[in-house]
Amino acid sequence: MEQLLKAIADPTRAAILDGLLDRDGQTLFEICARLASSGASGASRQAISQHLAVLEGVGLVSTQRLGRYKFHYIDTSPLADIQRRWPQPTTPTEHIRGETL
Amino acid sequence: MKIHLASIFVDDQYKGLEFYTSKLGFVKKTEVPIGEFAWLTVVSPEALDGVELVFEPANHPAVAPFRDALVADGIPFTSFAVKDLDAEYERLVGLGVEFTQPPTVMGPVKTAVLDDTCGNLIQLAQMLEDPSA
Repeated sequence: MEQLLKAIADPTRAAILDGLLDRDGQTLFEICARLASSGASGASRQAISQHLAVLEGVGLVSTQRLGRYKFHYIDTSPLADIQRRWPQPTTPTEHIRGETL
Repeated sequence: MKIHLASIFVDDQYKGLEFYTSKLGFVKKTEVPIGEFAWLTVVSPEALDGVELVFEPANHPAVAPFRDALVADGIPFTSFAVKDLDAEYERLVGLGVEFTQPPTVMGPVKTAVLDDTCGNLIQLAQMLEDPSA
């Protein structure tokens, strides 16, 4: 859980996920070009590569080799762990009820 | 001084000539046989006296690992300018050309990346007058 929260806490990694949600299945080149042109990150290709490794480590990004190219895909299912750990309470708590009275 | 030639490595010079003429629409400028290879160039029909693209044989052992690494990361070897990228994309997909990136607005330019079937990725770029277009 700590690794997952750390992974999405970084603005460059969050921007990578935004980009993959816009179009899934991008090459490293496209990911870098989108970050640079949107002003989200001017990080080097090597740095972006390391950010992708972090996202891959927590299962938010997966890679697939198709022929000679390597594409990156988003998988947001690990984020469900956050919701499971801190679900919305189903009944209003006593102190909130007290405040509305 | 001026830039007269740009070169690109191709797996096979005549396969390169075929793709760059019949798919991309360039025209052959020079063909001079030299041993087992040829001095083979194409130009854009929009600039017949402009910069020539030279097809370099990719037989040097350093070429394959260099190009494989670029292609794996989706990095184009060079870029060509187009006036209407969306139209070119539709036309080339119709001809069976494979793209690793469809037309995408990247700031002041719209780009796409295609596979030239000779070992390279090539970027097509259209400068946008209105970047929001």
